[in-house]
Amino acid sequence: MAAKRTRKPKLAVWKFASCDGCQLSLLDCEDELLAVTGQVDIAYFPEASREYIRGPYDLSLVEGSITTPHDAERIHKIRRQSKVLVTIGACATAGGIQALRNFGDVKEFTRLVYPSPQFIETLKKSTAIADHVFVDFELRGCPISKEQLVEVINAYLHGRKPAVPTHSVCVECKRRGTACVMVASGIPCMGPVTQAGCGALCPAYNRGCYGCFGPMETPNTPAASGAFSRLGMNEDGIIRTYRSFNAYAEAFRRESERHEPTNH
Amino acid sequence: MTRIKDIATAYLPAEGLQALIDTLRQHHDRVLGPRVREQAIRYETISSVADLPRGVKDEHEGGRYRLHQGEEATFFGFVVGPDSLKSIVYPPRLTLWSMKRSGHEGTIEDQDEPVGSTAILGVRPCELAALAVQDKVFLGHGFEDPHYRQRRERLFLVAVECLQPGAHCFCDSMGTGPGVNGGASWDLALTELVGDGRHGFLVRAGSDAGREMMAKLPLEQAGDGLEKARETALAAAAKSMGRTLDTDGLKKTLYDHVDHPHWEKVADRCLACANCTMVCPTCFCSNTMEETALDGSSAARTRVWDSCFNLDFTYIHGGHVRRSVKSRYRQWMTHKLASWQDQFGVIGCVGCGRCITWCPVGIDITREAAVLQGKPTKTSGRTTS
Ligand code: SF4
Ligand code: SF4
Ligand code: SF4
Ligand code: SF4
Repeated sequence: MAAKRTRKPKLAVWKFASCDGCQLSLLDCEDELLAVTGQVDIAYFPEASREYIRGPYDLSLVEGSITTPHDAERIHKIRRQSKVLVTIGACATAGGIQALRNFGDVKEFTRLVYPSPQFIETLKKSTAIADHVFVDFELRGCPISKEQLVEVINAYLHGRKPAVPTHSVCVECKRRGTACVMVASGIPCMGPVTQAGCGALCPAYNRGCYGCFGPMETPNTPAASGAFSRLGMNEDGIIRTYRSFNAYAEAFRRESERHEPTNH
Repeated sequence: MTRIKDIATAYLPAEGLQALIDTLRQHHDRVLGPRVREQAIRYETISSVADLPRGVKDEHEGGRYRLHQGEEATFFGFVVGPDSLKSIVYPPRLTLWSMKRSGHEGTIEDQDEPVGSTAILGVRPCELAALAVQDKVFLGHGFEDPHYRQRRERLFLVAVECLQPGAHCFCDSMGTGPGVNGGASWDLALTELVGDGRHGFLVRAGSDAGREMMAKLPLEQAGDGLEKARETALAAAAKSMGRTLDTDGLKKTLYDHVDHPHWEKVADRCLACANCTMVCPTCFCSNTMEETALDGSSAARTRVWDSCFNLDFTYIHGGHVRRSVKSRYRQWMTHKLASWQDQFGVIGCVGCGRCITWCPVGIDITREAAVLQGKPTKTSGRTTS
């Protein structure tokens, strides 16, 4: 248990390569955000306020992936100033959608995209924060669920483990009473290999899960791919299914590579 | 819920079905019945015969379910969908109680709201059997679950016998269907009979409440011919089960085959997604979660469905007990078919086939059991290995 506090813990929110969507989830908390600010001092959160209180920080939330040499340095400084460091979102936990570059040649991309590529200083790969520093807790999602974010802060304040399940999306799908779209409509769904968190949003709207929350605890991706191909998905489709927001999460990366033409 | 012998049999012409629904609606806070939602037949609120999936046929295979509109005039020409009575008597998510703090004191408040009476039309025999199993789980053993009890006590069950079993059904093997025979006590039982220029239901009462209800319906005398027609139809249904499971010595087979290589083969295909346990009408496992207010002034305890396929299910000091998917699949099947018998005195499977249809990769409990039993597998199921 956390010892009786004499001062409010200091919270900082940091940004790396990302779209800011996860930070917005925090702002989107509205009512809960007021309750959060009652319990923590927001010491650094540029998306929300210009206030800046110097470190060290009790709790750092880190959004975004590491894509530049400068960021690779900066994350170490942040780690040194943070007692507890929580990464939030698919970018921070798996490299994000920008990790699609990891499967190609980044030099070639920069040549194609920028008129003066020589000024672009970028790493070959977009990587998760945990590939660079020790991370206390990874909160998945693209974007994260605001309920889970509040739960992580809540758990931190009360010195307990966050109630963030790592089982499949299917469990949430069944609990909400959605008829399985794979079984009832033949729509390929990433739910069985994806971690819960969204409340099975897409299946509730008759779409397959896109895998926003990354691999579940024990993903049997070859078995899922087998089901996708029986539903008529070709190899290219399977590769693209695994290569989205969490393309570089280990289990999804391995599975997409297994379906590349050279690996047959 | 006193159990009494059949005390009345009569005939309800199909035109009288609306009168039955109306009477149920007059006497109960809500009336549920089969209805199509999201491409599946579910238990939904109904108010008229027009809500029923009349003529709809359901196609079941391992990992595949499809509905299509058939030509028949039958109201109940399909079998069970993904829902079972489980979600009614044992909701997937339920806040049990909350606690408020004032200083060092805490006050506890019951959060489970009183429920109204629920009449359910179209309860299949395997559902009644599953309810009887759940009664043992939640009300037996000297430990009563008050949340289950208050929901269970307020049910009025109108059963419908199955004359057109699905490709995934094996209630005949389990002795739980296709006719209403044993299982949890029911109030009314219907058998839908079409032919000889008539369409209607043979109606029987299974309880005092059911008999009282019958007195309010536009019933006709049921002749011997109807009872005969019912028996013939049920015998034909029993023969057309899509699957079979040999229960002879099943417990021993499972206990003797803890190390059978087949578990590994199933694990190669199994997603550990937990769908089978969620749709199973007898699986009862739950997890409780504490939700605390940010300022620590209150907390609430919520119960959610859990599954032995989830890794955290066996998390204890030192780690997870069932890390491999193989050990989790083995737990599920061994519990259903073997250790359930030691625990509750009955087998944990009623042969509804839901776990086969709703498994995204079509893993089939009857087929996997047959492999352990060393039998040639003769199911019509699409194989996925
Ligand atoms: S729709 Fe997707 S998430 Fe839902 S049960 Fe089916 S496979 Fe799982
Ligand atoms: S184990 Fe499968 S067939 Fe048996 S009762 Fe459960 S869902 Fe139905
Ligand atoms: S099979 Fe698994 S989920 Fe079902 S009752 Fe047994 S332990 Fe619980
Ligand atoms: S048997 Fe099927 S439904 Fe059950 S956990 Fe395995 S893949 Fe999921």
